[in-house]
Amino acid sequence: MSNISVQLPGLNLKNPIMPASGCFGFGKEFANLYDLSKLGAIMIKATTVEPRFGNPTPRVAETPAGMLNAIGLQNPGLEKVMSEELPWLERFDVPIIANVAGSLLEDYVDVARRISTAPNVKALELNISCPNVKQGGITFGTDPVVARQLVEAVKVVSKVPVYVKLSPNVTNIVEIAQAVEIGGADGITMINTLVGMRLDERTGKPVIANGTGGLSGPAVKPVAIRMVYEVYKAVEIPIIGMGGVTNAQDVIDFMSAGASAVAVGTSNFVDPFVCPKIIDELPKKLEELGVKRVKDIIGRSHR
Amino acid sequence: MIQQERMAVVQQEQIAKNIYELTLQGNIVQDANPGQFVHIRVSDSFEPLLRRPISIANINKEANEFTLIYRAEGRGTEILSQKQIGDEVDVLGPLGNGFPVDAVAEGGTALLVGGGIGVPPLYELSKQLKARGIRTIHVFGFATEDVTFYEEKFSSLGDTHYVTVDGTFGTKGFVTDLLGELTPEFDTLYACGPLPMLRALETFYPEKQGFLSFEERMGCGIGACFACVCKTTDKSEKDYVKVCSDGPVFAKGVVKL
Repeated sequence: MSNISVQLPGLNLKNPIMPASGCFGFGKEFANLYDLSKLGAIMIKATTVEPRFGNPTPRVAETPAGMLNAIGLQNPGLEKVMSEELPWLERFDVPIIANVAGSLLEDYVDVARRISTAPNVKALELNISCPNVKQGGITFGTDPVVARQLVEAVKVVSKVPVYVKLSPNVTNIVEIAQAVEIGGADGITMINTLVGMRLDERTGKPVIANGTGGLSGPAVKPVAIRMVYEVYKAVEIPIIGMGGVTNAQDVIDFMSAGASAVAVGTSNFVDPFVCPKIIDELPKKLEELGVKRVKDIIGRSHR
Repeated sequence: MIQQERMAVVQQEQIAKNIYELTLQGNIVQDANPGQFVHIRVSDSFEPLLRRPISIANINKEANEFTLIYRAEGRGTEILSQKQIGDEVDVLGPLGNGFPVDAVAEGGTALLVGGGIGVPPLYELSKQLKARGIRTIHVFGFATEDVTFYEEKFSSLGDTHYVTVDGTFGTKGFVTDLLGELTPEFDTLYACGPLPMLRALETFYPEKQGFLSFEERMGCGIGACFACVCKTTDKSEKDYVKVCSDGPVFAKGVVKL
């Protein structure tokens, strides 16, 4: 059997598979379906200082081989995540990556300071790429100077390694990746969704109440692979890759391009058992390739 | 318990214009209750990608079968309507919380109000209510005669009244027009249909006990994606509910309409 464990800053992963933030809530729904200890890690839903209701509905729309969403960072707020959601997740043997969001730099700092003290939070993921909120989110992720300053401020207060989730909605993603690396980021997660729009056939108006939404699913995988490939060449820090992952071959593709681990997003909505299925499938796929350790394929596209 | 299963198509029949009755066989049936739904993947490809939520209309636990009634109006349901006997369908379910059948005491009367494709889940509900010795009154609204179904089946269970907007079948108008004329005596209201209908019923029967089933565009169907949230009237505990996992059936007054 191939060894599928990987080590990243703050994270000793028994396998490189984790559900992506926003596609898994805080785990409760999926815990009814399978043992969450099976997962490499869990990226929990974005947490903000105050509770957020999010955007009006409709919030999702299907597109060819994908979907648009504009949930709007709905979450119960830092207090509840600290007192209820994270302690509940302690029953599982799985590291948590806490996705941190906010409108102002101070919000990110406040959430990071507090949430990084939770015993099961082993890393943070700074959400500087949410396309569906009016303030914050993507505005931090499209300017390299702003992105670097945010990482520097969060690094001062965080007790655990800090990963930064990059937006694909930029002219040059490499420039942002290098900026957050200089700012002290311990790793990069990529990619968030691509801003898109679907129109109603009858009215000609956007289907999603927010107008635009973030495109995800198999349709975005080639874009994500290309971006991981480029960023891997330009930075030293590890990458957690994501974008349209549905099976073990997709995981191998992302790791070949340069990802050290892989997150599964939209596929959790199509098949809630997709993560354990991929974890079971991966060793067999690696054996077919004659690979003994999954870490050996990281970046093989470049060799 | 929620399961994912490849269920066998036992029967598929068009019962009205663009309305199909699909009978599936599998173990998910054993856990199904009236008012619950299943989430169906109509194709193993990425096109269409997401599942389709469809309510359960009739449950037959002895035969390990249930029936779904749906309207084929988009790509997903059109593909589903082409499934034939012997085909398999990827089903996730049963999902959500159904109608509380025991909310009416034996000997009581239940008023079941449905609109269009909201009518199907009320069939299994009516069957189970009747089996518990509860009288059922059915008042169902449709756009036009072409899309009506199950009149005989409902008539065999209780008083049944059909209304069409254009008057081509039953009385002309909306369900609330007919309810105003009939002024039925009842203990509990059960309803499923479009939002304007549910809204009208809440104002029509402000004092009555009732349970309303909602429809909302869904992503995952299990409560994880936060696509199908509705605001609640009482904000003391939580200011929202998720239609898929907290509902689709809510007690009257819970959801802000």
